[in-house]
Formats: sequence, structure tokens, C-alpha cells
Amino acid sequence: MLNTFRIAWKNLLRYQRRTILTSLLITVGIVAVLLFISISGSFKAMMIGQITDSMLGQMQVHKRGYVSSIDNLPLHLNMPPRMKEKARQALAELDNVEAYSERVKFGAMFSNFTETTNIRLNAVIPEDEARTAPLLADRIIAGKKEGALLSKGKILVPEIIAKGLNVNPGDTVVLVANNKDGSVNGLTFEVQGVLEGISGPGGRDGYMHIDDARNLLRFEEEDVSEIVIRLKNPGQLEKTFARLDKTLSQYLNKQDKPAFEVHTWDKLSPFSNIAGMIDMLTLFIKIMLVSIVLISIMNVMVMAVYERIREIGTISAIGTRPGRILSLFVTEGLLLGLVGTASGTIISLIIIAVLNVTQLTFSFARQDNLVLAPDISAPEVLTICAVVIVVAILASVQPAWKASRMDPIMALRHV
Amino acid sequence: MSVVSAQQLSKTYQSGDVAVQAIKDVNFTIKPSSFVSFVGPSGSGKSTLLNMIGCLDHPTSGVLKVLDQDVAKLDRHAAAKFRGDHIGFVFQDFNLIPVLTTFENIEYPLMMVQNWPPQKRRERVMELLSAVRMEDQARKRPDQLSGGQKQRVAIARALVTHPRLVLADEPTANLDHDTAYRIIELMKSMRDEFGSTFIFSTHDPKIMKEAEETFVLEDGYVRNQHNSREAAANA
Repeated sequence: MLNTFRIAWKNLLRYQRRTILTSLLITVGIVAVLLFISISGSFKAMMIGQITDSMLGQMQVHKRGYVSSIDNLPLHLNMPPRMKEKARQALAELDNVEAYSERVKFGAMFSNFTETTNIRLNAVIPEDEARTAPLLADRIIAGKKEGALLSKGKILVPEIIAKGLNVNPGDTVVLVANNKDGSVNGLTFEVQGVLEGISGPGGRDGYMHIDDARNLLRFEEEDVSEIVIRLKNPGQLEKTFARLDKTLSQYLNKQDKPAFEVHTWDKLSPFSNIAGMIDMLTLFIKIMLVSIVLISIMNVMVMAVYERIREIGTISAIGTRPGRILSLFVTEGLLLGLVGTASGTIISLIIIAVLNVTQLTFSFARQDNLVLAPDISAPEVLTICAVVIVVAILASVQPAWKASRMDPIMALRHV
Repeated sequence: MSVVSAQQLSKTYQSGDVAVQAIKDVNFTIKPSSFVSFVGPSGSGKSTLLNMIGCLDHPTSGVLKVLDQDVAKLDRHAAAKFRGDHIGFVFQDFNLIPVLTTFENIEYPLMMVQNWPPQKRRERVMELLSAVRMEDQARKRPDQLSGGQKQRVAIARALVTHPRLVLADEPTANLDHDTAYRIIELMKSMRDEFGSTFIFSTHDPKIMKEAEETFVLEDGYVRNQHNSREAAANA
């Protein structure tokens, strides 16, 4: 086998320029794919991380029908305490749950005493919310960041409203809201901080303490609109979702339908469509790479066989078995693939390292100064390398097969 | 016992709609360790006959036995194995592999056909390099060698596997007369040294007389079987 590699390598060096150009093509293809995967993958992971860690969590539990009406923030579709308790029990059985936060979501009128606007609010238990959405605190761009995320009687105002109504931390504002029965109540709150807006649902919501919301909305029971769940291992999302969904689906409502609905983050955020598009683009780029490797190596090997017909006749005449001739040409294709893959991978990893050191920033939607931190996993690199090498072998098989089946007399007569 | 025996051997090619009979009812035998030539003008069937003896082609009819093996019964793979085990080839155009050095060209059959271990390969190649007096050219590539040197390398490559039969199709056709004569002398000395049977084809009367036995081919028939002096005189 080593001898076959040796001869194949010498044959590749026979046409150095062609070998270099083909290897370069594969190298460029590998670099393009690995860089795209690492950059798009890290962008996707960062955006998903932002969305899940500062807002959505990895999963959410609602009363059936809530999500389809979520734009109206319907208070009558909140989960009453008995449902909440069942959900808590189900969550307690899951090892992968790191934390969860119960929220009351509602809409209100927000006034600075001179102007009024609409506001969407998440009323939370601050300690639970901080554990479930750890990046929420990082979004506080003005006001107190230390200590509790929120204090009773205080409110975190979304940036867009703070700017629009010229509200600053320490100011007093009024919230007026309708309760479940339609009656109106109003309370004053102090602005604790201003929250940076982010893309996606809930990205422009304000936050307040859940006890304040219950006072404002005059809740008789401790209803919650949703339970947001953070997982220890997000990679096990589907498995954990399936278990929770199965457990909660056994509870039926009066219409004999499941009382709960469980959603993963991607069913709640439009960013999942962007993530899907990134995956599609990645697939497309991979297909392009496979095509580049297939066509370039096949082209080189077809030429190699054509140019060496007499030589094939000679080695066949002196007793080289057809299988050996086949393996010789396949090895040439394999070596081309290996050289291109190795150089492409090394160059890609160097570029990824350089990008990580230089800490390039970019903007996305309303977010600025996002740091480009490309990253690629070893299994992903190995998969790409394996695909390229397998395609290189496959591309060589047809020309190699032709060479191995050549009639030595005809080959020796070839001019 | 014979190295090659042909009985009523015929070979017909299909050229378009026309059947061309290249070899017609040929009978001959070749003894071990002999130095034999097939002579005749172009198109007389010399190469066809050598191709069949070399198991590169099958007879259309008759029986051709090489080292007691019926050539017609060998399929592609078996024929390749048989050639690799028992037959050496020397070509008119030398047919050395251009990317390999002299040493590597001679080593090739041991490495890629018979799978010898490296140390034994090296010893055997050095022996052959010495036999063809090419030790000082071992690291050169074919494009750095003269025609005569290339054919020496080709002869060494043909002999490196200890073949019982060496076939040389017009081995001197691309060489000047002096070089051609020296190549034939070398082949003869190799026969003497290694005991292989040499069969070569030529149309050069001066070369053919160096053979111990000559078969004259005309229009696909072996017309005469002479000792070489007679053949050369009649050519």
C-alpha cells in the first residue's frame, strides 16, 4: 500500500502545475466552507444564546391557546395555581432543567404624566428570572445593575419607550392596566433602569416584580401567563421537550384536550427562520464544495488516464493486476483530496484563530458591537474532511476503472 | 520439454467488416534457455505472435502453450498474474515510466507486481544494475538517458523478476546499429547469466543472425525455421 502511495505521489508530481491548481481549488473550497460554517454557526449560536438567555429560555409552558393569542396578552388564558403546580411537578422530574421563571405578561398604558404610550410587561420573580434569563441583566443600559434585577415598586423600561417619553432611571411613571374582568387600575412606579431592545418577540418588553403586577391587575389568585425554562444542556432540548410534553399532555381541559402547551424557543421566535436559512446556505455551500472536488478531481484523473495510456499498457503488460492499476489511480485522487483538505483545514483554522484574536464586531438588527467569534467543532471539521476525501475517491473511481480495464495491446499501440 | 509450443495456431482480427487472418496454422516449439528471433516484414504477424506468447492476446484457434499453460484458458486477471510471474517484456520504445528513476523502473515489477520486501528488492535491483552496467545511472530519470541506456534499463526491468521467458518486440528498432548490436549482445549474455529464454522480433538481418534459432514469418505463416546464419543469408 505504501508503495502504491509512493508511485501515486510521483505521478501527481509529474504535472506539478495541474496538481497545485487542483489542490488549490479544493483548498479554497474547504476554506470557504469551514469559514462559512464557523462564522454563520457562531452568529447563529450567539443570536440563539441572546434570545434564549435574555428572553425566551429554551422552552416555555403556557395554557392551551395562549401562544396563538399572545399578541393580545390575554389574561383569561393565564395558568391558575393548580395548573402552575402541575407544571412545577413536571419540571421537578426533569434532570436537565437548570431554572425556570414564572411570568405574568400583560399590556398597560405607560405615562410620564405628560405623555402616554402602550407598554408590554413581563412581571417576574427577579431571582428566578435572573437564573432563567441570565443575560437580561446585561441588557440594562442605564440605571442600577448591581444587586437584585428588580425591586418591588420599580420597573425596567424598554429603551424605545424611555427615549420616546424621555424617561430616566429614578423617574416616577404611572402604569394603568385592565384586569381580567375589564376594570381599570393604576399605580405609580419608579424607573429602575432602561433595557436595551433586542430582536424577536419580547425584545421590547418592560419588566416589573410579579407582586406589583398582581396588585395592579388585582389578581385574586397567583395566576401566571407562562413558565420559561432554562436547560442545563441545550443540546438535549428535543429530548427534554418530548418528556415534558408527554408529562403535561396527560392533563386535559374541559374539552378533553391537553390543558398545557409546551414550545421550544424556535417555535416562538422568528429567528428560527433565519437559523433555518443559515442551515440551508450551509448545505448549499457544502454541495458546492462536493461539486468542486468531484469535477476537479475527475477532470484531472480523466486527463491523467488519457495521457498515460501507453504507460498503463506497459505496467499491465509486465503483470500489474487490474486491481493494482485501479488502486494506483484512486490513490492519486485520494492524495489530491488529502493535500487539498489538509491545507484547506490548516488555513481555515489559522484564519478562525486570527478572527478570534482580532475580535471583529458587527451589527445585526438593532444590536451593535456584536463580536464575531467564529468557532467550529472538531466533529464538524472531521465530517467535512471525510466528505471531501470520500468524494475525491469516488471522483477517481471511474477513470481508475477505465485504466484498469484497458486492453494492454491497444494501450501499448496508443500514440 | 518446451517453453513455447504452438499447434495449428491461428489469429484472426476483425477490421471493420473484414476478417484479417494475422497468423495462419502456425506450428513451432521453443526450447528452454534458447535465444530465438521471429523475423519478417511489417504486417507479417511478428507482433501478433509475440502478443499471444506474452498472454496479452488469445489465439482464435489452435493451441498455444507457454510454460505448459494453455494461453487461451487464461482470463484477464490470470493472464496478468502469469505475465507477472513468468514473463519479462522489452519494448521497441523502451516504455520506461518517466517519473521513476532507473533504480525505481527496475524495481517496479518487484514492488507493484511481485510485492518483494524492500531489502530483497534493493539487492536484486543492484544485481541487475550491475549486470547491465548501469550502476552509475541508478538515480537518473529516463529523459536523462540515451536510447541504448534506456533499453539496458528495460532489459534489467524485464529480468528482475527471474522470468523464464523474455519477449522483446523489435528491441533494436529505435537504436543505431552499434547500440543495437550491443543490446543484442547484452540480451544474450543475460540469457547466459540468468538462463531465461529470449524471444525477440526484428527485421534487421544483422541482428537476426545473432539468434540461435530464427522463425521467418510471411503473411501469417511460419515459412521457414532456420538456424540464424541461414535466415540472415536468405533475408
